[in-house]
Amino acid sequence: MDIIILQILNGLDKGSAYTLIALGLTLIFGTLGVVNFAHGALFMLGAFCAVTLNALLNLSREVVDPTKTDFLGNPLKVDVPYVIDWFGPQFGEALIDWSVPLALLLAVPIMALIGLAMERGLIRHFYKRPHADQILVTFGLAIVLQQIVKYFFGANPLATPAPDAFTGSFDFGVLIGFDPFTIIYPYWRLVYFCFAVVIVAAVFAFLRYTTFGMVVRAGMVDRETVELLGINIDRRFVIMFALAAIVAGVAGVMYTPIVAPNYNMGMNFLVLSFVVVVVGGMGSLPGAVAAGFLLGILESFASMSAVIDLIPGINQVIIYLAAIIVLLVRPRGLLGRKGVMED
Amino acid sequence: MPGLNRRDTTLFLIVIALLVFAPFILNPFPEDSGLARFNAGYPDLMQRFVIFGIFAIGFNILFGLTGYLSFGHAAFLGAGSYAGVWMMKLLTVDVVPAIIASVIVAGLFSLAIGYICLRRTGIYFSILTLAFAQMSFALAYSVLTPITAGETGLQLSLADPRILEGMNDSGTIPATNFFGIPMRSGFEWDIGGWVFTFNFGYYLCAAIMLAAFYISIRIFRSPFGMMLRAVKSNQQRMNYTGLNPRPYTLAAFVISGMYAGLAGGLMVAVDPLAGAERMFWTASGEVVLMNILGGAGTLVGPILGAGVIKYFENIFSRLNEADLSQLFSFLPEWLESALVTIAQMFVGDGWLLTLGAMFMAVVIFLPGGIVEGGQRIHTWLRRKPEKKDDTSAAPAATAGE
Repeated sequence: MDIIILQILNGLDKGSAYTLIALGLTLIFGTLGVVNFAHGALFMLGAFCAVTLNALLNLSREVVDPTKTDFLGNPLKVDVPYVIDWFGPQFGEALIDWSVPLALLLAVPIMALIGLAMERGLIRHFYKRPHADQILVTFGLAIVLQQIVKYFFGANPLATPAPDAFTGSFDFGVLIGFDPFTIIYPYWRLVYFCFAVVIVAAVFAFLRYTTFGMVVRAGMVDRETVELLGINIDRRFVIMFALAAIVAGVAGVMYTPIVAPNYNMGMNFLVLSFVVVVVGGMGSLPGAVAAGFLLGILESFASMSAVIDLIPGINQVIIYLAAIIVLLVRPRGLLGRKGVMED
Repeated sequence: MPGLNRRDTTLFLIVIALLVFAPFILNPFPEDSGLARFNAGYPDLMQRFVIFGIFAIGFNILFGLTGYLSFGHAAFLGAGSYAGVWMMKLLTVDVVPAIIASVIVAGLFSLAIGYICLRRTGIYFSILTLAFAQMSFALAYSVLTPITAGETGLQLSLADPRILEGMNDSGTIPATNFFGIPMRSGFEWDIGGWVFTFNFGYYLCAAIMLAAFYISIRIFRSPFGMMLRAVKSNQQRMNYTGLNPRPYTLAAFVISGMYAGLAGGLMVAVDPLAGAERMFWTASGEVVLMNILGGAGTLVGPILGAGVIKYFENIFSRLNEADLSQLFSFLPEWLESALVTIAQMFVGDGWLLTLGAMFMAVVIFLPGGIVEGGQRIHTWLRRKPEKKDDTSAAPAATAGE
């Protein structure tokens, strides 16, 4: 029993990342009808917002510390970050420590701008083109974005630590009545999962309970009628594109303490998120969420050593295998609407 | 040429001439000049030109004619490579059985995958092929290590049985050969400042590519090719006229898979090493790029695309800052340093940026690729002198097909 709960927990953090990226992908597909292969790159750009902020906060100047000396007896030079100079040691240290959550504030406007620029500058010209062209041009864009990031940040993963309060692990099992030391879970992964739940809930609430969201949902079902009612659906869809970019970006920001970001992290997530979208049903938001968590947990179960002993290599292929089965048995996906891309 | 009309014969002869004289054409700069690093006439790269040409020609039969965008063709190339190396390990280092085996294995593999994937169309087909290719890659890396040698890659060793060759007591692994002629053999021709390399492996691959190209022309011109185009233009209408598109698309899928296997077999024939990274999905993306860049659905497009991309990959990735400042040295200094700083992003490690940017530009501005660009220039040139003749220039738009 405890093993099962542990595997579910382990699947949740990856599942959260899949879900957040897939949510944006399916949002874009459902509204604009565009297949966005650059969405993984948006995730990666979000992660690098966190890296940038962390680097900025750590900019320091060298000062001679008169109280300490090195082993030769010379005064020791220490790096003092500017933020500590400006805001004093207590607040300055806290700023640096909390750089990842703070990066969310930076990432939201930046990702919104990138999303708007991308849609207005590029994607807009591809609405009428075949899906293959959309895939290809966004694929090219993803390569370009990755290479630009690689040029400025290098190819090595850049570790960005979580705030001290959330580093390390805790005994999750005790909380729900198991023996101590059976279910150990890192704090930050739990934070990431809660964060994903909040974001998903926020997006759903936005679409469900605001007039704007209602119009968008109407546009997803029948674009033409909404336009005939005199509503500028295009502008709302563009905003949804920016929203999808923001969701991918903040997902990337919060993921940095889990895996140190490097320039091609987005591609791995993109392929899997596409599989998630297809399994959940193209254009279906609940489908993307359900499939994201489901596949994340499935992957984690397949990585158990007992399962691997039984079917070697299953942990590598389980997600693709699930996608193949779903596509062949139920082509519209788990929760896909009938008739959407069903052929 | 038997089976080809006049225009196709001309095209075919041009391709033959380009392939035969490639060692000269690709080495236009003298060896000791500063521009020598832009030369592409060395055997390794020339072989890659033709091998990826075969891969792209095959992919074009599927993507160009039927419009099915496969994101998993690298899996067939990889399967062909593994089959080829195993033939060399088990039978003989002669490349003929290796190449035949790689085509057959890739054909069977693509038959199995195509049978499943072709139940869906559009983006679902792309995702399915991608999923299968990623699965093959992951398995080749992990569980199938006894067959694929995992991360190190499958290669020849002295302990291989090589049944047809008998005992080998020379102490070295025999080189791959074609009926006794080593693939590596060749000669260099030193004339003036130029050095031209003629390599046997390249000419063998080029001859096979010509055969592959000939078959592809015949497929394009055949009733079968017509059916494949019908699938692309309107599958529903094809259904209503009482035709089942599935056998045609499956045949196209298997043919293009066999082409990919052939390319994989030739790859190990010139360099007997097969690694799993050949199956990674970026490798599948690369062949799509080749088709798009050259012009999908045209005859020569894929070959041009393969050539351009492989040239960029090899030449651009070797350039460095010093080369750039040499290149721009005729400019005033402030302009030179500015240009070098910008251009530096695009060369060396950053050549992928060039590729991505080029690729986006082609999809945005020139969906028909290089071939369409050529046709536009052609019609524009023809149109200039006689302005009345607008209508007769229009049919030239189909010239490249």
